[in-house]
Amino acid sequence: MPISKLVGARVKRREDPRLIRGLAHYVDDIQLPNVLHAAILRSPYAHARIRAMRTDQARRHPGVVAVVTGNEIRDQVGCVPVASQNPTLRVPKRYVLAVDKVCFVGEGVVVVVAEDRYAARDALDLIEVDYEPLPVVSDPEKALASGAPVIHPEWPDNVAFRFDLKQGNLAKAFKEAERVVKQRLIHQRLAPIAIEPRGVLACYLPGEDELTLWSSTQIPHILKTQLSVMLKLPENRVRVIAPEVGGGFGSKLNVYAEEGLIGHLAIKLKRPVKWIEGRRENMQGTIHGRGQVGEVEVAVKKDGTILGLQYRVIADIGAYHQLLTPGIPPLTGLMLSGAYKIPALAIEVTGVFTNKVATDAYRGAGRPEATYVIERIIDRVAQELAIDPVKIRQKNFPRPKEFPFKTATGLIYDSGNYQGALNKALRLSGYQGWRGEQRKLREKGRYLGIGLSTYVEICGMGPSAAMPAGGWESGTVRVEPTGKVTVLTGVSPHGQGQETSFAQIVADEFGVPLDDIHVIHGDTAVVPSGIGTFGSRATAVGGTAVFQAAQKVKEKAREIAAHLLESDPEDLVFSESRFSVKGVPKKGVSLQEIALEAHLARNLPKKMEPGLTATSVFEPANFTFPFGAHICIVEVDPETGRIEIRKYVAVDDCGKVINPLLVDGQIHGGIAQGLGQALLEEVVYDEEGQLLTGSLMDYALPKAEDLPRLELARTETPTPVNPLGVKGVGEAGTIGSTPAIVNAVVDALAPFGVTHVDMPLKPEKIWRLCREKKERRAEGAG
Amino acid sequence: MIPAPFDHITPRTLDEAIRALASHGEEAKLLAGGHSLLPMMKLRLARPKLLVDLSRIAELSGIEAERDRIFIGALTTHYRIESSELLKEKCPLLPQTARVIGDVQVRNRGTVGGSLAHADPAADMPAAMLAVGAELLARGPEGERWLKAEDFFLGLMTTALGPSEILTKIRVPVLSGHHGTAYLKVPQKASGFAIVGVAVWLRVERQLCTEIGVGVTGLDAKPFRARRVEERMKGTNLAQSLVQAASSQVTQGVSPLDDIHASAEFRAHLARVYTARAIQEAAKRAGV
Repeated sequence: MPISKLVGARVKRREDPRLIRGLAHYVDDIQLPNVLHAAILRSPYAHARIRAMRTDQARRHPGVVAVVTGNEIRDQVGCVPVASQNPTLRVPKRYVLAVDKVCFVGEGVVVVVAEDRYAARDALDLIEVDYEPLPVVSDPEKALASGAPVIHPEWPDNVAFRFDLKQGNLAKAFKEAERVVKQRLIHQRLAPIAIEPRGVLACYLPGEDELTLWSSTQIPHILKTQLSVMLKLPENRVRVIAPEVGGGFGSKLNVYAEEGLIGHLAIKLKRPVKWIEGRRENMQGTIHGRGQVGEVEVAVKKDGTILGLQYRVIADIGAYHQLLTPGIPPLTGLMLSGAYKIPALAIEVTGVFTNKVATDAYRGAGRPEATYVIERIIDRVAQELAIDPVKIRQKNFPRPKEFPFKTATGLIYDSGNYQGALNKALRLSGYQGWRGEQRKLREKGRYLGIGLSTYVEICGMGPSAAMPAGGWESGTVRVEPTGKVTVLTGVSPHGQGQETSFAQIVADEFGVPLDDIHVIHGDTAVVPSGIGTFGSRATAVGGTAVFQAAQKVKEKAREIAAHLLESDPEDLVFSESRFSVKGVPKKGVSLQEIALEAHLARNLPKKMEPGLTATSVFEPANFTFPFGAHICIVEVDPETGRIEIRKYVAVDDCGKVINPLLVDGQIHGGIAQGLGQALLEEVVYDEEGQLLTGSLMDYALPKAEDLPRLELARTETPTPVNPLGVKGVGEAGTIGSTPAIVNAVVDALAPFGVTHVDMPLKPEKIWRLCREKKERRAEGAG
Repeated sequence: MIPAPFDHITPRTLDEAIRALASHGEEAKLLAGGHSLLPMMKLRLARPKLLVDLSRIAELSGIEAERDRIFIGALTTHYRIESSELLKEKCPLLPQTARVIGDVQVRNRGTVGGSLAHADPAADMPAAMLAVGAELLARGPEGERWLKAEDFFLGLMTTALGPSEILTKIRVPVLSGHHGTAYLKVPQKASGFAIVGVAVWLRVERQLCTEIGVGVTGLDAKPFRARRVEERMKGTNLAQSLVQAASSQVTQGVSPLDDIHASAEFRAHLARVYTARAIQEAAKRAGV
């Protein structure tokens, strides 16, 4: 039976049967004998000195094995690491349990370890902590004001870092501008809410002096390195396993206090210890995303040509940095040029400490902010100059022949056809027709809005020189003696589906059925090396490594085949998993036979090493830059502020597509989360630093009923950065959708004189705005 | 998300359950569908020492018609109400309301009696019960008594039930004649509870509204029957301007709730808008 080409086919996810049937193994599903359970007492205060603690009663509680405070282990476990570097960076020590002082609600204070989860949790109620509340600052702008409460005494200005980027002659741009448009923008804090909260299980074998730590993580190899530092264990004695991971969205692209803490407890108690995060802990203690307040200013000509852009932004860091916290706002800066030619550009970032949990990478990580800034401001300019938002975008796009295109921020966009994607979206959405409909409905007092977003994002992270912890990826392909193929990858899929797409790549290369391929990931003792899954890099970087390893294997197989067939390697053809002599199809040998020969090693070419396996490490020369055009059509009810999405069209270009089904899934989920930011989601802390949206009863995630039917299409512009031509798609939906939706709502409200609304676009905000503007008009008319 | 330790009993009869309540006092809580109580226990906001599980008491379930009344057992799930052909025909406001409670899981487990007795100020079912003039049967150590829905809700999560009383049954009228019903709500997007929910049933004779019930939830600390609105609608032809004017009365004497999801001012505004929209929708369904 001939095997059709799998790359490019809508192959169903091979992961799903085990997930759907409940047969997958997440951290909490892993059972070890004699395991202990940990529960963590967390600070109810956003800022307080710990004056005293009484833990005796908890220690005496039946089933409790250990109660450990921050002071007891401050010298035994290293601090939570920060990987992103910046010359101005200030890194406060973040112990795995608070020492003397707490700086945010949810910071771990005491850990209880007990024979079962119930005893551990009950014992938390028996611990008394005497807190002396300190003044709190939860608003990043207020944290910068003079006289604001100081979070870390060594830095009384609460500044965590600064990042400046200036390119081109900005002064000239603003001098020559025919119009300057300014806008203050808020990117509210969001909670990533992976469906599986975090969890850690650690097992230390004293005889072997080996620690195995299972964690719901996106970066097992990086975690292994960092854990060995935190726990002062030789790295070759640490094994990290990311078992099934139920989503991360960046929140598990980190090294958390609990990973160090649970590892330490397992070593100290010489028994396995498990900690499973509850949803409330997840919302308090796992990183948040976004959290920027900025002011953008653009210099434009009357025809809409952008001359220069300046963005001053305050980034809400939280009380401490996490792994990549200081690296996120600079990404916003780098991507501020968006899909446009902007000759002069400046960004000034001030990272600010606040009494809140840290912000860090959340799906898009800095790029949704950049895209929102540029896509919002370009619409503001269009509105001011009365230019169609389509036209102003077209005017500023680089043309396809201008690629590779160098931005003023110093990036080199690999390939692109922005006009092509926009044209397709305009056609599919019936843009012109909707403009007519909009005019008609306005006459009837109904408010239709049409919003665009033409985004570009930075993916395939990335060249190691530009990354804090390596940007390469490893892939190993091994043909077993029986002919079955094992693929090891350093990426760590947690929902993306690379067990399917990588198998497709290898199946095509070897001409073997998909079922003969098994993709293994996430175990540092099995996969020799790796970086992990984030920044839409897994297929562009990790997939390429696997592809190259498969090619190496095939070359070796060709040599063995030539040896066995007593022919020249160049005279062999490979088809249907078999090498045969050109013109003599019957004279051939299958990959399976070659694999067995390679393993038995009785008849191999001279000096050839036995086995049929190869590893490749791919180091990309550049990032990749996917792009697309999203068009959203909404109707707004000014009486209730309700927003109804009438149509949504997304045209995304992520380069070559391995599996369209997976790409569609990524876009669907991405748009859902982007819509969440635009319309629903918002982490709210009060002035006292109390988290008001601490459960899913108060933090509104988008539900199925909130999503319109999504009409997806693609253009395909391959990247020259990797041989597969793939760019990455994990974050595109989130990056492209948010501004399209906000732009649509602002467009709908244009008759009220509305020029901007801050996210989330909750009904009350819309209603107030409409009422206010209506009243003003009435006054003006009167 | 682990509750504090508690005991759990499953009485087979109502009398057994009442005795358990009476002997344990404040420390005991009734467990019906558990969809309000268990989350509170998991967050340790509620720490009952004893759960009196009603699920084995057969007489608490079921929907039956008797002449011009329908009897609904307190343990009837929202899903049973939503899908009851009897109710769809005779008292459609209840299925219309049940349909928009929470999500499928909540409707499959959550019970009508549990919802009413919990008296969450934003629950949906109280609005419908107030609108149709439901009566609630309470049974305690001293016997049984019927309470009007209007007298049942006293305040924030407070009802007229005594400490050892159990809500066992709800009695609603068969809606006869030319009538229309509607339940409209603005959901709080995270929880699905009502920021404002308005339930309306009305009877129309010769194009005039002869009877009307308006129940409102989410607006105040307790669900209430909007008597002022009803009085201004009765006897009218339900013209839009009259509906608007009457609906503006819904906030009279009310202290609207105020939280991160909606300010008091916006809630009050939504209550007026949704009261009008619900009356208009019910009128439309009555053929006006």
